[in-house]
Amino acid sequence: MAADTGSYIKHHLTNAKMCMSDGGVAFNKACADAGFWTVHVDTLAWSIVLGLIFLLTFRSVAKKATTGVPGKLQCAVEMIVEFVDKSVKETFHGKNALIAPLSLTIFMWVLLMNAMDWVPVDWIPTIAGLIGQHAFGMDPHDVYIKSVPTTDMNMTFALSIGVFFLIIYYSIKVKGLGGFAKELTLQPFNHPAFIPVNFILESVTLIARPVSLALRLFGNLYAGELIFILIATIGLFQLPVHFLWAAFHLLVIPLQAFIFMMLTIVYLSLAHEDH
Amino acid sequence: MNINATLIGESIAFIVFVIFCMKFVWPPIMAAIEDRQKTIADGLAASDRAAKDLELAQAKAAEQLKEAKAQAAEIIEAAKKREAQMIDEAAEKAQAEREKIIASGHAEIESERNRATEELRQQVSALAVAGAEKILERSIDAAAHSDILDKLVAEL
Repeated sequence: MAADTGSYIKHHLTNAKMCMSDGGVAFNKACADAGFWTVHVDTLAWSIVLGLIFLLTFRSVAKKATTGVPGKLQCAVEMIVEFVDKSVKETFHGKNALIAPLSLTIFMWVLLMNAMDWVPVDWIPTIAGLIGQHAFGMDPHDVYIKSVPTTDMNMTFALSIGVFFLIIYYSIKVKGLGGFAKELTLQPFNHPAFIPVNFILESVTLIARPVSLALRLFGNLYAGELIFILIATIGLFQLPVHFLWAAFHLLVIPLQAFIFMMLTIVYLSLAHEDH
Repeated sequence: MNINATLIGESIAFIVFVIFCMKFVWPPIMAAIEDRQKTIADGLAASDRAAKDLELAQAKAAEQLKEAKAQAAEIIEAAKKREAQMIDEAAEKAQAEREKIIASGHAEIESERNRATEELRQQVSALAVAGAEKILERSIDAAAHSDILDKLVAEL
Protein backbone atom coordinates (compact mmCIF):
# COMPACT_ATOMS: atom_id res chain seq x y z
CA MET A 1 0.00 0.00 0.00
CA ALA A 2 2.78 2.40 0.88
CA ALA A 3 4.50 1.85 -2.43
CA ASP A 4 1.17 2.17 -4.18
CA THR A 5 0.41 5.42 -2.39
CA GLY A 6 3.87 6.68 -3.25
CA SER A 7 3.53 5.92 -6.93
CA TYR A 8 -0.07 7.27 -6.92
CA ILE A 9 1.08 10.59 -5.55
CA LYS A 10 4.07 10.68 -7.86
CA HIS A 11 1.86 9.90 -10.83
CA HIS A 12 -0.44 12.78 -9.96
CA LEU A 13 2.42 15.20 -9.58
CA THR A 14 4.12 14.40 -12.87
CA ASN A 15 3.54 16.62 -15.86
CA ALA A 16 2.88 15.34 -19.34
CA LYS A 17 6.17 15.98 -21.12
CA MET A 18 6.89 16.39 -24.78
CA CYS A 19 10.27 16.80 -26.41
CA MET A 20 12.01 16.54 -29.74
CA SER A 21 13.70 13.24 -30.39
CA ASP A 22 15.62 11.90 -33.38
CA GLY A 23 12.52 10.74 -35.19
CA GLY A 24 10.11 13.56 -34.31
CA VAL A 25 8.42 14.15 -31.00
CA ALA A 26 8.68 11.94 -27.95
CA PHE A 27 6.59 11.89 -24.79
CA ASN A 28 6.95 11.45 -21.05
CA LYS A 29 9.58 8.87 -20.02
CA ALA A 30 11.34 9.14 -23.35
CA CYS A 31 12.02 12.74 -22.49
CA ALA A 32 13.88 12.00 -19.26
CA ASP A 33 17.14 13.14 -20.79
CA ALA A 34 15.86 15.98 -22.94
CA GLY A 35 16.87 18.60 -20.38
CA PHE A 36 15.66 22.13 -20.92
CA TRP A 37 14.02 21.50 -24.28
CA THR A 38 11.05 19.70 -22.82
CA VAL A 39 7.56 21.09 -22.79
CA HIS A 40 4.86 20.37 -20.20
CA VAL A 41 1.97 19.85 -22.59
CA ASP A 42 -0.64 19.70 -19.83
CA THR A 43 0.45 22.94 -18.21
CA LEU A 44 0.50 24.71 -21.56
CA ALA A 45 -2.82 23.32 -22.72
CA TRP A 46 -4.73 23.96 -19.51
CA SER A 47 -3.31 27.42 -19.00
CA ILE A 48 -4.03 28.48 -22.57
CA VAL A 49 -7.55 27.03 -22.47
CA LEU A 50 -8.24 28.82 -19.18
CA GLY A 51 -6.71 32.03 -20.48
CA LEU A 52 -8.90 31.81 -23.57
CA ILE A 53 -11.98 31.17 -21.43
CA PHE A 54 -11.19 34.34 -19.51
CA LEU A 55 -10.40 36.45 -22.55
CA LEU A 56 -13.25 35.24 -24.74
CA THR A 57 -15.81 35.64 -21.97
CA PHE A 58 -14.64 39.14 -21.22
CA ARG A 59 -14.32 39.94 -24.91
CA SER A 60 -17.89 38.85 -25.64
CA VAL A 61 -19.10 41.01 -22.76
CA ALA A 62 -16.97 43.90 -23.99
CA LYS A 63 -18.43 43.61 -27.47
CA LYS A 64 -22.00 43.54 -26.22
CA ALA A 65 -21.39 45.96 -23.37
CA THR A 66 -24.35 48.22 -22.98
CA THR A 67 -24.27 51.47 -21.10
CA GLY A 68 -27.87 50.93 -20.10
CA VAL A 69 -29.10 48.22 -17.76
CA PRO A 70 -26.45 45.47 -17.86
CA GLY A 71 -27.12 41.75 -17.93
CA LYS A 72 -25.98 39.44 -15.16
CA LEU A 73 -22.78 38.35 -16.91
CA GLN A 74 -21.93 41.93 -17.74
CA CYS A 75 -22.52 42.88 -14.10
CA ALA A 76 -20.16 40.14 -12.92
CA VAL A 77 -17.49 41.12 -15.44
CA GLU A 78 -17.85 44.79 -14.58
CA MET A 79 -17.55 44.02 -10.88
CA ILE A 80 -14.24 42.24 -11.49
CA VAL A 81 -13.01 44.99 -13.78
CA GLU A 82 -13.94 47.70 -11.30
CA PHE A 83 -12.36 45.76 -8.46
CA VAL A 84 -9.08 45.52 -10.39
CA ASP A 85 -9.35 49.14 -11.49
CA LYS A 86 -9.85 50.27 -7.90
CA SER A 87 -6.89 48.22 -6.69
CA VAL A 88 -4.71 49.74 -9.41
CA LYS A 89 -5.86 53.31 -8.77
CA GLU A 90 -5.34 53.02 -5.02
CA THR A 91 -1.73 51.93 -5.42
CA PHE A 92 -0.51 53.27 -8.72
CA HIS A 93 -0.91 56.98 -9.27
CA GLY A 94 0.83 57.50 -12.59
CA LYS A 95 -0.65 57.25 -16.03
CA ASN A 96 -0.13 53.89 -17.65
CA ALA A 97 -2.44 52.09 -20.04
CA LEU A 98 -0.75 48.75 -19.46
CA ILE A 99 -0.92 48.19 -15.73
CA ALA A 100 -4.69 47.85 -15.31
CA PRO A 101 -5.24 45.32 -18.12
CA LEU A 102 -2.07 43.52 -17.04
CA SER A 103 -3.42 43.25 -13.51
CA LEU A 104 -6.79 42.04 -14.78
CA THR A 105 -5.13 39.39 -16.93
CA ILE A 106 -2.95 38.22 -14.07
CA PHE A 107 -5.82 38.16 -11.59
CA MET A 108 -8.32 36.33 -13.77
CA TRP A 109 -5.83 33.95 -15.32
CA VAL A 110 -4.25 32.96 -12.02
CA LEU A 111 -7.69 32.71 -10.42
CA LEU A 112 -8.96 30.34 -13.10
CA MET A 113 -5.77 28.27 -13.04
CA ASN A 114 -5.92 28.06 -9.25
CA ALA A 115 -9.58 27.14 -9.45
CA MET A 116 -8.59 23.92 -11.23
CA ASP A 117 -7.51 22.85 -7.74
CA TRP A 118 -11.19 22.32 -6.91
CA VAL A 119 -11.61 19.66 -9.58
CA PRO A 120 -11.34 16.33 -7.72
CA VAL A 121 -7.82 15.07 -8.21
CA ASP A 122 -8.73 11.79 -9.89
CA TRP A 123 -11.21 12.99 -12.47
CA ILE A 124 -8.97 14.46 -15.09
CA PRO A 125 -6.13 11.91 -14.83
CA THR A 126 -8.65 9.03 -14.98
CA ILE A 127 -10.37 10.43 -18.04
CA ALA A 128 -7.04 11.16 -19.67
CA GLY A 129 -5.87 7.63 -18.82
CA LEU A 130 -8.95 6.09 -20.41
CA ILE A 131 -8.53 8.21 -23.52
CA GLY A 132 -4.85 7.28 -23.71
CA GLN A 133 -5.63 3.61 -23.22
CA HIS A 134 -8.43 3.31 -25.74
CA ALA A 135 -7.53 5.89 -28.36
CA PHE A 136 -3.76 5.50 -28.40
CA GLY A 137 -3.24 2.09 -26.85
CA MET A 138 -1.09 3.43 -24.03
CA ASP A 139 -0.66 2.07 -20.55
CA PRO A 140 -2.89 4.38 -18.40
CA HIS A 141 -0.02 4.57 -15.87
CA ASP A 142 2.07 6.24 -18.54
CA VAL A 143 -0.53 8.94 -19.15
CA TYR A 144 0.32 11.92 -17.03
CA ILE A 145 -1.75 15.01 -16.61
CA LYS A 146 -1.53 17.76 -14.04
CA SER A 147 -4.51 20.03 -14.43
CA VAL A 148 -3.51 22.91 -12.12
CA PRO A 149 -1.06 24.97 -14.18
CA THR A 150 0.00 27.08 -11.19
CA THR A 151 1.44 23.97 -9.53
CA ASP A 152 4.05 24.04 -12.28
CA MET A 153 6.95 26.36 -11.57
CA ASN A 154 7.28 27.09 -15.28
CA MET A 155 3.89 28.73 -15.20
CA THR A 156 4.48 30.88 -12.13
CA PHE A 157 7.94 31.89 -13.26
CA ALA A 158 6.68 32.80 -16.71
CA LEU A 159 4.29 35.25 -15.05
CA SER A 160 6.78 36.65 -12.59
CA ILE A 161 9.58 36.99 -15.15
CA GLY A 162 7.18 38.91 -17.38
CA VAL A 163 6.49 41.22 -14.45
CA PHE A 164 10.24 41.42 -13.73
CA PHE A 165 10.99 42.62 -17.24
CA LEU A 166 8.26 45.21 -16.94
CA ILE A 167 9.79 46.41 -13.65
CA ILE A 168 13.15 46.86 -15.34
CA TYR A 169 11.60 48.42 -18.45
CA TYR A 170 9.63 51.01 -16.51
CA SER A 171 12.50 51.70 -14.09
CA ILE A 172 14.72 52.60 -17.04
CA LYS A 173 11.95 54.42 -18.90
CA VAL A 174 10.94 56.60 -15.96
CA LYS A 175 14.30 57.18 -14.27
CA GLY A 176 16.62 56.78 -17.24
CA LEU A 177 19.47 54.32 -17.38
CA GLY A 178 21.55 56.53 -15.08
CA GLY A 179 18.73 56.94 -12.60
CA PHE A 180 18.16 53.22 -12.47
CA ALA A 181 21.91 52.60 -12.03
CA LYS A 182 21.98 55.18 -9.23
CA GLU A 183 19.05 53.51 -7.55
CA LEU A 184 20.93 50.22 -7.65
CA THR A 185 24.23 51.60 -6.35
CA LEU A 186 23.62 54.64 -4.15
CA GLN A 187 21.17 53.27 -1.64
CA PRO A 188 20.71 52.39 1.13
CA PHE A 189 24.22 53.84 1.88
CA ASN A 190 24.80 56.99 -0.10
CA HIS A 191 28.59 56.94 -0.23
CA PRO A 192 30.92 56.00 -3.12
CA ALA A 193 32.74 53.46 -0.99
CA PHE A 194 29.54 51.51 -0.48
CA ILE A 195 28.69 51.12 -4.16
CA PRO A 196 29.51 47.40 -4.36
CA VAL A 197 27.67 46.66 -1.12
CA ASN A 198 24.69 48.68 -2.27
CA PHE A 199 24.70 46.98 -5.62
CA ILE A 200 24.65 43.53 -4.05
CA LEU A 201 21.86 44.49 -1.65
CA GLU A 202 19.72 46.17 -4.30
CA SER A 203 20.23 43.39 -6.83
CA VAL A 204 19.08 40.85 -4.27
CA THR A 205 16.03 43.02 -3.55
CA LEU A 206 15.27 43.33 -7.24
CA ILE A 207 15.69 39.67 -8.05
CA ALA A 208 13.90 38.54 -4.92
CA ARG A 209 10.72 40.12 -6.28
CA PRO A 210 10.01 37.80 -9.23
CA VAL A 211 11.41 34.81 -7.36
CA SER A 212 9.19 35.38 -4.34
CA LEU A 213 6.17 36.10 -6.57
CA ALA A 214 6.59 32.85 -8.46
CA LEU A 215 7.52 30.68 -5.49
CA ARG A 216 4.70 31.99 -3.29
CA LEU A 217 2.06 31.11 -5.84
CA PHE A 218 3.69 27.83 -6.76
CA GLY A 219 4.24 26.82 -3.13
CA ASN A 220 0.71 27.54 -2.01
CA LEU A 221 -0.93 25.75 -4.89
CA TYR A 222 1.49 22.85 -4.97
CA ALA A 223 1.01 22.26 -1.26
CA GLY A 224 -2.74 22.53 -1.63
CA GLU A 225 -2.76 20.10 -4.51
CA LEU A 226 -0.48 17.69 -2.64
CA ILE A 227 -2.85 17.66 0.31
CA PHE A 228 -5.81 17.06 -2.01
CA ILE A 229 -3.94 14.06 -3.36
CA LEU A 230 -3.08 12.82 0.13
CA ILE A 231 -6.71 13.17 1.16
CA ALA A 232 -7.69 11.16 -1.90
CA THR A 233 -5.62 8.21 -0.60
CA ILE A 234 -7.33 7.80 2.77
CA GLY A 235 -10.38 5.89 1.65
CA LEU A 236 -14.02 6.68 2.31
CA PHE A 237 -13.26 9.16 5.06
CA GLN A 238 -11.84 11.45 2.36
CA LEU A 239 -15.24 12.87 1.50
CA PRO A 240 -15.77 15.22 4.50
CA VAL A 241 -12.06 15.99 4.69
CA HIS A 242 -11.95 16.80 1.00
CA PHE A 243 -14.96 19.02 1.46
CA LEU A 244 -13.25 20.90 4.29
CA TRP A 245 -10.03 21.33 2.34
CA ALA A 246 -11.92 22.50 -0.75
CA ALA A 247 -13.88 24.98 1.38
CA PHE A 248 -10.59 26.26 2.77
CA HIS A 249 -9.46 26.80 -0.79
CA LEU A 250 -12.32 29.25 -1.25
CA LEU A 251 -9.92 31.47 0.65
CA VAL A 252 -6.58 30.33 -0.76
CA ILE A 253 -7.43 30.43 -4.47
CA PRO A 254 -8.70 34.01 -4.81
CA LEU A 255 -6.24 35.23 -2.19
CA GLN A 256 -3.22 33.94 -4.10
CA ALA A 257 -4.53 35.44 -7.33
CA PHE A 258 -5.13 38.74 -5.54
CA ILE A 259 -1.69 38.74 -3.91
CA PHE A 260 0.02 38.11 -7.23
CA MET A 261 -1.92 40.95 -8.83
CA MET A 262 -1.45 43.35 -5.94
CA LEU A 263 2.29 42.76 -5.69
CA THR A 264 2.61 43.26 -9.44
CA ILE A 265 0.92 46.64 -9.08
CA VAL A 266 3.09 47.55 -6.09
CA TYR A 267 6.32 46.57 -7.84
CA LEU A 268 5.39 48.47 -10.99
CA SER A 269 4.41 51.55 -9.04
CA LEU A 270 7.74 51.36 -7.19
CA ALA A 271 9.42 51.18 -10.58
CA HIS A 272 7.62 54.42 -11.53
CA GLU A 273 8.65 56.27 -8.39
CA ASP A 274 11.64 58.54 -8.39
CA HIS A 275 13.48 58.56 -5.10
CA MET B 1 13.50 22.18 -9.93
CA ASN B 2 11.85 21.40 -13.17
CA ILE B 3 12.34 24.49 -15.28
CA ASN B 4 12.19 23.84 -19.00
CA ALA B 5 10.92 25.18 -22.30
CA THR B 6 7.38 25.39 -20.90
CA LEU B 7 8.57 28.65 -19.37
CA ILE B 8 9.06 30.11 -22.83
CA GLY B 9 5.70 28.88 -24.04
CA GLU B 10 3.91 30.29 -21.03
CA SER B 11 5.74 33.59 -21.36
CA ILE B 12 4.57 33.93 -24.94
CA ALA B 13 1.02 33.03 -23.91
CA PHE B 14 1.21 35.60 -21.10
CA ILE B 15 2.41 38.36 -23.43
CA VAL B 16 -0.26 37.57 -26.01
CA PHE B 17 -3.00 37.46 -23.38
CA VAL B 18 -1.97 40.76 -21.83
CA ILE B 19 -1.82 42.48 -25.21
CA PHE B 20 -5.22 41.07 -26.17
CA CYS B 21 -6.67 42.19 -22.86
CA MET B 22 -5.14 45.64 -23.23
CA LYS B 23 -6.39 46.13 -26.78
CA PHE B 24 -9.76 44.40 -26.91
CA VAL B 25 -11.07 43.75 -23.42
CA TRP B 26 -10.18 46.55 -21.03
CA PRO B 27 -11.01 49.67 -23.08
CA PRO B 28 -14.57 48.75 -24.15
CA ILE B 29 -15.57 47.49 -20.68
CA MET B 30 -14.08 50.55 -19.02
CA ALA B 31 -15.82 52.78 -21.56
CA ALA B 32 -19.16 51.12 -20.85
CA ILE B 33 -18.68 51.48 -17.11
CA GLU B 34 -17.66 55.11 -17.34
CA ASP B 35 -20.53 55.88 -19.72
CA ARG B 36 -23.01 54.34 -17.34
CA GLN B 37 -21.49 56.17 -14.39
CA LYS B 38 -21.91 59.40 -16.29
CA THR B 39 -25.50 58.55 -17.20
CA ILE B 40 -26.33 57.76 -13.59
CA ALA B 41 -24.64 60.92 -12.35
CA ASP B 42 -26.57 62.95 -14.92
CA GLY B 43 -29.82 61.26 -13.91
CA LEU B 44 -29.22 61.99 -10.25
CA ALA B 45 -28.38 65.60 -11.01
CA ALA B 46 -31.53 65.90 -13.15
CA SER B 47 -33.71 64.47 -10.41
CA ASP B 48 -32.15 66.87 -7.92
CA ARG B 49 -32.88 69.71 -10.28
CA ALA B 50 -36.44 68.50 -10.78
CA ALA B 51 -37.01 68.34 -7.02
CA LYS B 52 -35.72 71.88 -6.67
CA ASP B 53 -37.91 73.02 -9.57
CA LEU B 54 -40.93 71.39 -7.98
CA GLU B 55 -40.23 73.15 -4.70
CA LEU B 56 -39.89 76.45 -6.51
CA ALA B 57 -43.08 75.88 -8.47
CA GLN B 58 -44.95 75.01 -5.29
CA ALA B 59 -43.70 78.15 -3.59
CA LYS B 60 -44.67 80.18 -6.65
CA ALA B 61 -48.14 78.62 -6.77
CA ALA B 62 -48.68 79.37 -3.09
CA GLU B 63 -47.57 82.93 -3.66
CA GLN B 64 -49.89 83.34 -6.62
CA LEU B 65 -52.78 81.85 -4.69
CA LYS B 66 -52.18 84.29 -1.88
CA GLU B 67 -52.02 87.15 -4.34
CA ALA B 68 -55.22 86.04 -6.05
CA LYS B 69 -57.01 85.83 -2.71
CA ALA B 70 -55.83 89.30 -1.82
CA GLN B 71 -56.97 90.57 -5.19
CA ALA B 72 -60.36 88.97 -4.81
CA ALA B 73 -60.79 90.53 -1.39
CA GLU B 74 -59.80 93.86 -2.86
CA ILE B 75 -62.30 93.54 -5.68
CA ILE B 76 -65.09 92.57 -3.28
CA GLU B 77 -64.21 95.52 -1.08
CA ALA B 78 -64.28 97.87 -4.04
CA ALA B 79 -67.60 96.46 -5.19
CA LYS B 80 -69.10 96.95 -1.76
CA LYS B 81 -67.84 100.50 -1.71
CA ARG B 82 -69.27 101.13 -5.13
CA GLU B 83 -72.61 99.66 -4.10
CA ALA B 84 -72.81 101.93 -1.09
CA GLN B 85 -71.80 104.85 -3.24
CA MET B 86 -74.46 104.05 -5.83
CA ILE B 87 -77.12 103.75 -3.14
CA ASP B 88 -76.05 107.08 -1.70
CA GLU B 89 -76.06 108.69 -5.10
CA ALA B 90 -79.53 107.34 -5.88
CA ALA B 91 -80.84 108.52 -2.53
CA GLU B 92 -79.38 111.94 -3.09
CA LYS B 93 -80.87 112.11 -6.54
CA ALA B 94 -84.25 111.03 -5.25
CA GLN B 95 -84.04 113.58 -2.48
CA ALA B 96 -83.25 116.32 -5.01
CA GLU B 97 -86.07 115.19 -7.26
CA ARG B 98 -88.41 115.19 -4.34
CA GLU B 99 -87.39 118.67 -3.33
CA LYS B 100 -87.77 119.85 -6.90
CA ILE B 101 -91.24 118.35 -7.17
CA ILE B 102 -92.21 119.81 -3.83
CA ALA B 103 -90.85 123.20 -4.84
CA SER B 104 -92.71 123.16 -8.13
CA GLY B 105 -95.87 122.13 -6.30
CA HIS B 106 -95.40 125.00 -3.90
CA ALA B 107 -94.89 127.39 -6.78
CA GLU B 108 -97.99 126.15 -8.54
CA ILE B 109 -100.01 126.44 -5.41
CA GLU B 110 -98.65 129.93 -4.89
CA SER B 111 -99.50 131.06 -8.39
CA GLU B 112 -102.92 129.45 -8.18
CA ARG B 113 -103.52 131.25 -4.97
CA ASN B 114 -102.31 134.54 -6.42
CA ARG B 115 -104.61 134.06 -9.35
CA ALA B 116 -107.51 133.27 -7.07
CA THR B 117 -106.71 136.26 -4.89
CA GLU B 118 -106.56 138.46 -7.96
CA GLU B 119 -109.87 137.16 -9.18
CA LEU B 120 -111.32 137.51 -5.75
CA ARG B 121 -110.13 141.08 -5.63
CA GLN B 122 -111.77 141.82 -8.97
CA GLN B 123 -114.95 140.27 -7.79
CA VAL B 124 -114.74 142.04 -4.44
CA SER B 125 -114.23 145.38 -6.16
CA ALA B 126 -117.21 144.69 -8.43
CA LEU B 127 -119.23 143.57 -5.42
CA ALA B 128 -118.16 146.63 -3.50
CA VAL B 129 -119.20 148.86 -6.38
CA ALA B 130 -122.47 147.08 -6.73
CA GLY B 131 -122.97 147.25 -2.99
CA ALA B 132 -122.18 150.93 -2.87
CA GLU B 133 -124.48 151.58 -5.82
CA LYS B 134 -127.17 149.81 -4.03
CA ILE B 135 -126.42 151.62 -0.80
CA LEU B 136 -126.28 155.04 -2.36
CA GLU B 137 -128.93 154.17 -4.85
CA ARG B 138 -127.50 156.55 -7.17
CA SER B 139 -125.36 156.26 -10.04
CA ILE B 140 -121.88 156.84 -9.35
CA ASP B 141 -119.61 157.85 -12.01
CA ALA B 142 -117.42 154.81 -12.03
CA ALA B 143 -114.76 156.62 -13.93
CA ALA B 144 -114.69 159.54 -11.46
CA HIS B 145 -114.35 157.29 -8.47
CA SER B 146 -112.14 154.67 -9.95
CA ASP B 147 -109.11 156.00 -8.09
CA ILE B 148 -110.92 155.51 -4.81
CA LEU B 149 -111.96 152.03 -5.90
CA ASP B 150 -108.47 151.20 -6.96
CA LYS B 151 -107.23 152.32 -3.58
CA LEU B 152 -109.82 150.12 -1.99
CA VAL B 153 -108.85 147.18 -4.11
CA ALA B 154 -105.19 147.61 -3.19
CA GLU B 155 -106.10 147.63 0.47
CA LEU B 156 -107.87 144.31 0.24
